[in-house]
Amino acid sequence: MLSDISASDVHSLHKRVKDAFQAFDYEMNNTVDVREITTIIYSLGCFPSQKDIHEFIAELEEDHTGSVHLDKFLPVMTNVLMEHKFPSIPEDVLIQAFEVLDKDSKGYLDSEEMVELMTKEGESFTQDEMTEMLMALADHERRIYYKDIICQLTFDQEI
Amino acid sequence: MGCGTSVGTETQGQKVKTDESVVKTTNPALTMKAAVLIQQWYRRYMARLEMRRRYTWNIFQSIEYAGEQDQLQLSSFFTFMLDNFTQLNGNGPDLISQLLDPVVDPWLDRESSYSQILVPDSYTGPRLSFPLSVSDTNALLCAFKEQQTLHAKYLLQLLYETKKLLKQMPNIIQLSTSYIKDITICGDLHGRLDDLLLIFYKNGLPSADTPYVFNGDFVDRGKKSVEVIILLFAFLLLYPDHVHLNRGNHEDHIMNLRYGFTKEVMQKYKTHGHEILPLFQDIFSLLPVATVIDGKILIVHGGISDETDLDFLSSIERHKLKSALRFPRCSFEQLDISQSYRKTKRLKSGNSSHSSSNSSRNQSKNQKRSNQRNTQRGLRRQESNSSASSSSSSSSSSSSSLCSPRTPSCLSPHPCHPSPSLPNTVNIQHMPFLDSLLSARQPSPSQRREREWKQIVDILWSDPKTQEGCSPNTFRGGGCYFGPDITQKLLLQHGLQLLIRSHECKQEGYELCHGGQVITLFSASNYYEEGSNRGAYIKLGRELVPRFYQYQVSRTTRKLTLTQRVRAAESSAFRALKEKLFSHRSELMSGFQQFDQNNTGVVSVSDWAEVLESVLRLDLPWRTLRPHLCRLAADGSVEYNSCFEDMGTGVSLPQVTPNLAETLFRFRTDIEIIFNIIDKDHSGLISNEEFRQTWRLFSAHLGVDIDDRAIDDLARSIDFNKDGSIDFTEFLEAFRVVHKLDSKDPHLSGK
Repeated sequence: MLSDISASDVHSLHKRVKDAFQAFDYEMNNTVDVREITTIIYSLGCFPSQKDIHEFIAELEEDHTGSVHLDKFLPVMTNVLMEHKFPSIPEDVLIQAFEVLDKDSKGYLDSEEMVELMTKEGESFTQDEMTEMLMALADHERRIYYKDIICQLTFDQEI
Repeated sequence: MGCGTSVGTETQGQKVKTDESVVKTTNPALTMKAAVLIQQWYRRYMARLEMRRRYTWNIFQSIEYAGEQDQLQLSSFFTFMLDNFTQLNGNGPDLISQLLDPVVDPWLDRESSYSQILVPDSYTGPRLSFPLSVSDTNALLCAFKEQQTLHAKYLLQLLYETKKLLKQMPNIIQLSTSYIKDITICGDLHGRLDDLLLIFYKNGLPSADTPYVFNGDFVDRGKKSVEVIILLFAFLLLYPDHVHLNRGNHEDHIMNLRYGFTKEVMQKYKTHGHEILPLFQDIFSLLPVATVIDGKILIVHGGISDETDLDFLSSIERHKLKSALRFPRCSFEQLDISQSYRKTKRLKSGNSSHSSSNSSRNQSKNQKRSNQRNTQRGLRRQESNSSASSSSSSSSSSSSSLCSPRTPSCLSPHPCHPSPSLPNTVNIQHMPFLDSLLSARQPSPSQRREREWKQIVDILWSDPKTQEGCSPNTFRGGGCYFGPDITQKLLLQHGLQLLIRSHECKQEGYELCHGGQVITLFSASNYYEEGSNRGAYIKLGRELVPRFYQYQVSRTTRKLTLTQRVRAAESSAFRALKEKLFSHRSELMSGFQQFDQNNTGVVSVSDWAEVLESVLRLDLPWRTLRPHLCRLAADGSVEYNSCFEDMGTGVSLPQVTPNLAETLFRFRTDIEIIFNIIDKDHSGLISNEEFRQTWRLFSAHLGVDIDDRAIDDLARSIDFNKDGSIDFTEFLEAFRVVHKLDSKDPHLSGK
């Protein structure tokens, strides 16, 4: 698979990674705050778990400075992209996940249920994340019809 | 989470098909897995949203700074006109002296005519009485909340009183926290009345108990600059010891011409605008440039440079400062020509050939020119012709013309193709001026005057950077980039501990840098677009530890989700970007065609990005933005024609060459400004002859080859119905870029 990738593809990938990286490079010195790494990786279409991210960061962070340099990030990230690691979650799997949580098979989750699940389980949401999610996804009856919102939120283009 | 009793083995941990009659049992491990999946998915979506927000921000900023770079063009155009009017037309100096704002010493008292103005009974706005009282400021607040305009009579009087007050103030205001509770400091307001009112609401109106410092850029860009500045001046008059205004780089009549304040004044004050504007000009140049609190905290609008010296700054007679717009000879050699083309434009000085026209306008012999530091970008140096000390001026008047009409290349600049090595967006056709710069003999500059000018420009225009050292701010064309070492040095030198500045928009309304020694403070929320950024203000008590207060004005009562805000901002940014593409269409197309010799209509994504980068000179992630800007063919290459698909002109222009049309699109705002200046009586009409003359000059300046007939044809194809004169608003309307996908555009149905 790797042999299918031409030099110009690699160049393109490099450019993509650099663009994403530089969007957070406020001081224009090819470093970003380590806390932005997650955003950058996600925006490139990769979907690592928290554990994967921690591993990433351990590998990339410059000696407890709290920053990551492009020189380290670029090859690692390019590799990840070329090998299609951490692919995104297919829609049907997502729906299944929601259906698992929707014990009574209502087709929706109440805001209260959502809050319970998202803030107590798994990689819990912060208060802000929870508020924003509810604001974005709950309808006027405070219900989240998950099949609908999945379409809404997986708008994704190449960005 | 609830784990019911596990019923049967087949349902344990298994996905159960959606079957209404079956109640699913929950397996905690599965629940957690499901929750994690959803959390990851959602977080990824939010991260991508954040990325879009970042890109949108970059687009706005790039275009904003590129616009400011265009400002140079306008100023250099003025210079060009000034130098060349005698060659190009038979008109006397009047036209040109109109184009340049009247140069009068702001120290002088202009005639006060406000007493003669009659206010009709039908006027229901505030009627101010001087000296102002709290009831006056309250009346103003109420009136502005209800969209009323202050009558010209009271505005004029307000301005005269403000000017009188400002004359008494030093360049650097010294404040003390000993007798007051907290000082509130605000950053750029840019005509955002809502933000000012919100600050007043949250923090209290200015008073002896609530002193304020406003750190410049009160006007331009926003739609309510007039109201904002009136309120600030009114409170200044009411509480001169408790309200302090620093000058910003937009308190400058050339910037005002370009960025909306002049236009706003003329729109709101059609009859008296011509008297009001010069007064604003005076007042702006009389504003103090810095404030110091307890000798420890320095507040300036832009920043500092390695040459900033507060004692020297205090000593400058800011009202008498000549328009010392010439660059020191020594630094010229240091210029890297290809890099700092813009800097040389900045530093190019104008001719004093119109000094003769001004001599009659000067009212006293030894009068020095008004402080033209506000035209630092424009760099027209207007020598004081008054001087009995004419020796310096007359000798300089001949050789100071660095853009000499005698240099043929000035008159017919040859167009160059943009090359990637030049980082500037400014039209390369001005390069010939550089030649004349190199060849002209440098007149002996007055060292002190230069130093004075540079001090002020650095204070108003500089930006902090992380790299150490001090370098010219080529991005903006004025001031410096200053590093943490520069900050450190200045603070130490003057026993200061903190620098508070504004000048740059920040997403959170404020930002710290240089290890916390510099705070950038910005008080216009939603500056680029609804939801783009917060505004902030600082409160300082006796302990001098800044406390930050953030806010965001929202026009809707319903709170927008992040998604909605990002989408709105994004869509607005992309519109602006597309307009840029459209207005550079010819250049872009010829760039694309170079990569597409076989005329297939497609180029690779890399080539596409390269063309855009070199033509538009905006530092943006083009590949990432591509999906919003154009289409891909099946094989992944870019169909470059699709970049221009959904944009059109306001009116069909049958006989206009693409070149002309694009020039008009690109410089529409500048053209408008020039027309506004020519239109002395603000009737919206200028004579045919004036129109053609101006147009001829403008196109010569840009190197666009157009003959009179093309202009006449152009004029005729628009609906002109006034005989002998042109309704230029109509004319300009035609060159508004229209987004075809806007269904509700009123102008589409207009003509």
